Parts: sequence; structure tokens; C-alpha cells
Amino acid sequence: MRFPEYSAPHLAPATSVGLVMRRVVYAVVPGAAVMALLFGWGVLLNMLLAVTTALICEALMLRLRGRPTGPYLRDCSAVLAALLLALALPPLLPWWITVLGVAFGLIFGKHLYGGLGFNPFNPAMVGYVVLLISFPREMTLWPAPAFIGGTGPDLWQTLVYVFSGHFPDQLQFDAISRATPLDEVRVRLGQDESLQAIRGGPAFGTLGAHGWEWINLLFLAGGLWLLRCRVIGWQIPVGVLAGIAVPALLFSLIGPDQYPGAAFHLLAGGAMLGAFFIATDPVSAATTRRGRLYYGLGIGILTWVIRTWGGYPDGIAFAVLLMNMAAPLIDQYTRPRIHGRGSA
Amino acid sequence: MMRSRLFGFPGGLRLPRWKDLSDHAAIMTAPVPDKLIIPLQQHTGDACRPVVAVGDRVSRGDRVGQPPGYYGACIHAASSGTVIALENHPVIGGSAPCVVIRTDGADTWSPCLPPPLDPGNIGTETLIERLWSCGVVGMGGATFPTDIKLAAARAAGVRLLIINGIECEPGITCDDRLIRERAREVVLGTRLFRDCLAVDETLLALEEDRTEARTALEQALADTGETGIRVVSVPARYPSGSERQLIEQLTGREVPSGGLPLDIGMLCQNVGTVAAAWRAVTRGEPVTGRIVTVTGQGVCRPANIEARLGTPLAELIELAGGYTDSAARLVMGGPMMGVSLTTDALPLTKGCNCLLVGDNGDLPAPQPAMPCIRCGACADACPVLLLPQQLHWHALGQNLDSLRSAGLDDCIECGACAVVCPSHIPLVREFRDAKTAIAMRDLERERAERARQRFAFRQQRLERERREAEEQRRRKKEALARASESASGGDDPRKAAIQAAVERARRKRAASRPGHGQSVPTADDERT
Ligand code: SF4
Ligand code: SF4
Repeated sequence: MRFPEYSAPHLAPATSVGLVMRRVVYAVVPGAAVMALLFGWGVLLNMLLAVTTALICEALMLRLRGRPTGPYLRDCSAVLAALLLALALPPLLPWWITVLGVAFGLIFGKHLYGGLGFNPFNPAMVGYVVLLISFPREMTLWPAPAFIGGTGPDLWQTLVYVFSGHFPDQLQFDAISRATPLDEVRVRLGQDESLQAIRGGPAFGTLGAHGWEWINLLFLAGGLWLLRCRVIGWQIPVGVLAGIAVPALLFSLIGPDQYPGAAFHLLAGGAMLGAFFIATDPVSAATTRRGRLYYGLGIGILTWVIRTWGGYPDGIAFAVLLMNMAAPLIDQYTRPRIHGRGSA
Repeated sequence: MMRSRLFGFPGGLRLPRWKDLSDHAAIMTAPVPDKLIIPLQQHTGDACRPVVAVGDRVSRGDRVGQPPGYYGACIHAASSGTVIALENHPVIGGSAPCVVIRTDGADTWSPCLPPPLDPGNIGTETLIERLWSCGVVGMGGATFPTDIKLAAARAAGVRLLIINGIECEPGITCDDRLIRERAREVVLGTRLFRDCLAVDETLLALEEDRTEARTALEQALADTGETGIRVVSVPARYPSGSERQLIEQLTGREVPSGGLPLDIGMLCQNVGTVAAAWRAVTRGEPVTGRIVTVTGQGVCRPANIEARLGTPLAELIELAGGYTDSAARLVMGGPMMGVSLTTDALPLTKGCNCLLVGDNGDLPAPQPAMPCIRCGACADACPVLLLPQQLHWHALGQNLDSLRSAGLDDCIECGACAVVCPSHIPLVREFRDAKTAIAMRDLERERAERARQRFAFRQQRLERERREAEEQRRRKKEALARASESASGGDDPRKAAIQAAVERARRKRAASRPGHGQSVPTADDERT
């Protein structure tokens, strides 16, 4: 009897890129669902637009680059990047802005660098930052979460707004919009209001900010599940969360009236989504174990710095891109000592 | 002295065990095949030269091959019969010279086996000599000649002896069965090595799920009244049976990169090796067979078979009930580091501990590789703490120097990284290819260096010869000149002519010398 010849190891591989990416997609679902409950149809519409754009861009770019589309589309990495970007976008955004962000992220942030595995920057965050810089007003207009304002736009109103830029029947954006908690705190602190006064407003819950704390807790749950399946390691999320929480805690002890505490920082913005889903993108992160901890810490600290003193309400996207740049250097200085060798 | 704590090792994997397929199957003895094809190289080192001729009658245990030098192990006839050919034959890993014996079925032992020795007071020298003459090699698969290992150990001095009973690759159970059924041989063989090396401590390592083997060993220890050998169970975690990883988890010490366990005063032997050594000493019995596990979803009745070296693998498969319909792949060794075989028409050798026949579920054809996503799963699994993703990156770029500085030489090719890689990158194959490329380049460089040196030597020699010739000519010339001077322009016309030429040259030199600031004599002057 004759047999084919293969090289060792012969054991079936335990996992695949597709499986890894799909698990991350599953893990994002609970948080995304709560977000949709709070902010309405716009969240779902964003995700749908983003994923569709991603699939089209990915197929197109693969075709142009002469790569097989099948296996690369099945790896789900484009879908995941699009979903993460969509979750970072305000729920009511003109459709073309979403499309533009996703397309830019994937084409310029990923394929022009050589596609999967070769992009030095997180494609979702590339798309996000480009939009944030190009459309600062649109990108910071958030509707109030459902159980504060009570009445979000329905599906029809959302569709009309997203595709035409206006609400039907005299509904005004201003009537339903409100700044995100992070934004509000930043602006009002800038006007010398005390944190005590700001906190009294209806936007702030006991832990973080009304609504947002639930979103964050569910992203946290999804992230913990990923940790348990060993899809991600603990180093990056722990680094990011510690990087945000520790300075927040210290400064809030020093100046409780000017600096919001750790809980607020962790639960009011995109901290959990960033820590467990965005910063953990393996391609653009540091790759050594110790390096990942530093990488995460860097993102966390930068995020807190940007939130506290920078020009943007949330700093995760910038922090991630900055640390992407540092990743190769971090890797170089955190190579583990090879077993059997003296200190290397 | 009693060490009970384990130290662990970095990385590693929990793999499926596949032990229950064959660990219940008692060792069965394979019948003597009609034809034994005995390869002349079954060990690391130099291939043996045949010491029999076609037509010779041989008995079981007769030496048929002997290594040309120090680095090798003797090879013996595995049954009685007639040598019918000395020819190349396909073997595991290619094609090699073999001694082909048509067996006579009598299976008579050779009358000239070495005499049994008293294991109680055998000197190291005698033991080494006996291991050599009986062809004992590392039976765990490494097949390094045991006598050489022992000689080196004696020279270096050993404090800790580790007997390795760990089969960390899925599916392999030959050592497990050996321990369960012949624990006494294992214990006495261990004692043999221990007493010869006068070590401080002797450990016998098993995996923690091998409880029956442990019981058997403890029983044998009690029966033999042996108290100086301690049985240690380690977690079943791949590659815990690999020498370096085993040492690290037992002692917390690392074998230096590029070095040997002996460098830190330790020696590892496989349980099969000590059992073979025991037989060689107490019965004068050379290694003529081994226990091999035949297992996997691709055979009907997985088995542990003691078979003669040189038995065709196909006959072992038959003994295990033959192939199932789903048999798709044949591997010598385990699924992690085993060698893929294209045919079963190959002879059994000393290093073949397992025949694994897989189906498409357990051992599927490799899937197409995707780009590395830098997920780091490979680095988490690497027991040497390498960064396989970086090695892969350098291998893609054919960057041999970076590969080397990133620790390629320390890779033990365990395959842990490749199994966990979500991109299905054939990392081990890349690393092996890169090692070959580096070796070739080094060889090439060495050759070039030698050629350069040869060239330089030749140039030097030519130069020296030229100078010597010149010197000689000059001396001759001077002698001549002196002679002609003393003859004061005698009547020899040749001498007179030379005299005249010398005079001319001298005048010319004198003319060009004074005042002109370019007084250096030119080469032409010298040559006149
Ligand atoms: S496991 Fe594979 S994909 Fe992940 S870092 Fe290692 S080589 Fe790259
Ligand atoms: S094959 Fe080499 S690089 Fe891969 S895990 Fe084993 S030792 Fe590490």
C-alpha cells in the first residue's frame, strides 16, 4: 500500500484563522446587542453597511492583488475589522461616511501594506481616525441612550436619515442628540465646572455613565469568554485596563473634583471594546508575551492622557495607532531568553 | 536529596493521548519472517561494513555488520538462516545497504554469543565493551550508540541519572508495555548504569496517567529491594519526554544551548535502552529486536509487537489486523515528530518505536498556509522559548544570519508551534529547511575558505621559490665574478664577456646614482 508523504507534525491543527476571527465576532455580539437596544436601529445599520463594504473591498482588493478570494474571505478578518469600526461609530451617521471609513481602513490600512498579516496598523482604527479627523462634527454626534431620552428614531426615520442626511417629518437631530459622557465631562470640566456638579446630571449612572456601563460590562463578558477560549491572552487587555485605571485612580485621589475616577474611565467610553477587541488585534500588536503587556499599558496610559488633556473625548483609536508604531521596537526589546542560554 | 517538587518547563501542549488504543494490548511476539532485510545503519554515526558474505550461514545474534570506526554500533542477525544478498534496499528515510537473510525457521541462537556477566560487579570498561559488541543504542528513537554515551558520561562524571519512561507523543505505548510487563528488567538495567557511574541520585520518570506502569515499577523495586531509584510522575504534557524538557522539569536546570546533559552532570537513558543493556550483560544477548507500537485509526487491532529487526513493516501491520478502509497515512514514530512513510515495504530498525496509521480525521492532509497573523500561539507553545513567528519571518526572507541569531539552532523541532498555528504555516518544515540551508552555506564557506587558503599558500610558495631561485642565481653570479676577478681577466672568453657585462652594469648604476635624488635602484638594475 502506498501513502502520501507529508512533513511533521502530522497531527490535525487545533484551530484556524477563520475560527479565531469568528470567535471574536461571537464575543462581540452581546455588547453590540445592548448597544443596539440603547441607541436604536442605527447601530445595526452601521454594522450592516460596514460588513457589506468590507466584503466588497476585500474581494476587490484580493482580485486586484491576484490572491484567491475564497480562503481569504473565509478568514473573516475583514468582517471583524468592519464590525469593530462600526461599533466605534456614532449610530446615526450618513451612510457614505461609514462606507468611506471601512473602505479606507481596509484598502489603505491593510491591502496596500500587503494584506492579512502585513499591516502595521489596526485597519479598523485607521478608518476610524481618518473619519474622526475628516468629519469631526458628524463623528461626535451621538443620540441619547434610549432610556434617558426615551424616544429614539424608529427604523424608518433612521433609514431616511442615514441615506439622505435629514430626518423625515421635522424631527431634528438636536432634539435627540446629546454628547457622550466622556465628551460632556471633558467640555464641562474645560468650563471649570466641578465634577460633582457634572455627575449630578441624568447622563451619569452609579458606575460610569448611564447605558454605557452596560455596554462596557457586556463587552467585558465577551472578552472574558475570549480569554477562556484562549483566543486572546490576558496581557493586552490587562495592560490597557490597568493603563487607564491606575492613572485615573491616582489623579482622582489627588484632585477628586477635576479628575474622574477609574470606574468612570473604564465604563463610560470604549475602554472594554478597546481593551479586549481592538487592541488585541494580533497583526498590529506586539507579539512577545511581555511585549504585549507593555503594549497594552502604553495604549491604556495614552488613552487616559488623551482623554484627560487631549483634544478628543476618547483616545483609544489614537493610542492604538501610536502603539502600533512602537510594536516592532517593543518586540525587539522583549524577546524571551531562549531556554538553555544565558541572559540574552 | 529527596526531590519531590517538579519545576515544569515553558510552553508545551496538552495533546490528545491516543494511548487507550493500544495500552491494553500485551506485547505479542512477531513470527520470524521468511526474509530479514537488515539495514547496515540503524544508529546515528557511521554505517556498518558487512562482516558476512553472500552464502554464509548465520545464527541469531551473529554479527553481520561492524562500524568502521568509533562512531557506530554493531548489527546482528535477528534469526538463523543464510545470507542471500548484500544490496541496497529501501529503508526508512531513503535507500541503504542491507544484509538480506533467508531464515531457516529454526531460529537457533549463535553458539558464540559473549558470555553472561555478573551485573553485580561489572566494571564500567566491561560494560562499555559489552554495550558495543551487543549493538545497544538509544531505543527511544534517537539511536545514539549507548557505549559512546556511557564512555562520555564516565569521563565527565555524572551526578544524576534519569531513566526516561515518558512517551509524550500521542499513541506510542511500547515503553509503557515494556515497563508493565518487564519492570524487573528495567529496574535491574537502571541499577546497572547507576552502579557503574556511581551517581548520587537516580530518577525514573513516567507520565502521571501511566499508573499501572508505576505500580509495576514500584513492585519491581520492592521485589529487588532497591531503594536508590525513585519513580517520578510528571504531567502528561508534550514534549515532556524530550531530554532537555525532562531535565528541566525534574531539576529546574537548563541544559546549555548547544551542550549536552553531561555538561551539567546528568545522563538520560530510555527505559528500552536499560532493558536492552540488561539483556546484553546478563545473557550476552545482542539487540536483535525491539518492541514497536502499531496503532492509529488506520489499523484494525492496535498492538504492541516485539519483532526482529529487519522484519518488513507490512507484516507488523498484518499482525495488528491490517489496514482499515480509512487508512490514509503511515508514520514511523508519533504524530508530532514522526517520519511520513510512503510505503510499508521497509524493514524494522532499532529506532522504530511506533507505526502510526492515521485516517483523514486524525492526520489530515496539510491545509494551505495563510499569512502569519502574529497571534503568538506558536511562541506560547514553544518549550525553548523561541519566537517561531520571528523565525518564520526570517525564513520567508531567507535571512540565514537573523535565523541563527534568533535561536534557530536551539529549535528541537518538536512541532508544538506548527500544531497550534491558526494559519497552518508548516513552521517545522521551514525551520528544518533553514537549518539545512545554513549547514550548506557553512560548508560552502568552509570550502571557499580552504580554497582561499590553498591559493594563498600556493602564491606564497611560488613567491618563495622565485626568491630562492633568484638568490641562487645571484650567488652563482657573485661566485663567477669573484672567480673571474681572481683569474684577472684570464683567457676564458665567456668569463671575459660576463666581466664586461658586469662592468657595464656597474657603470650604469654609478651614473644614475649621484645627485639626482632618485637613487633607488630599479628592478632592471638588479636583474642585469
Ligand atoms: S501561530 Fe502561526 S500565525 Fe500565530 S504567530 Fe505563530 S506563526 Fe504566526
Ligand atoms: S519546533 Fe522549534 S520553534 Fe517550534 S515549538 Fe518546537 S522548539 Fe519551538
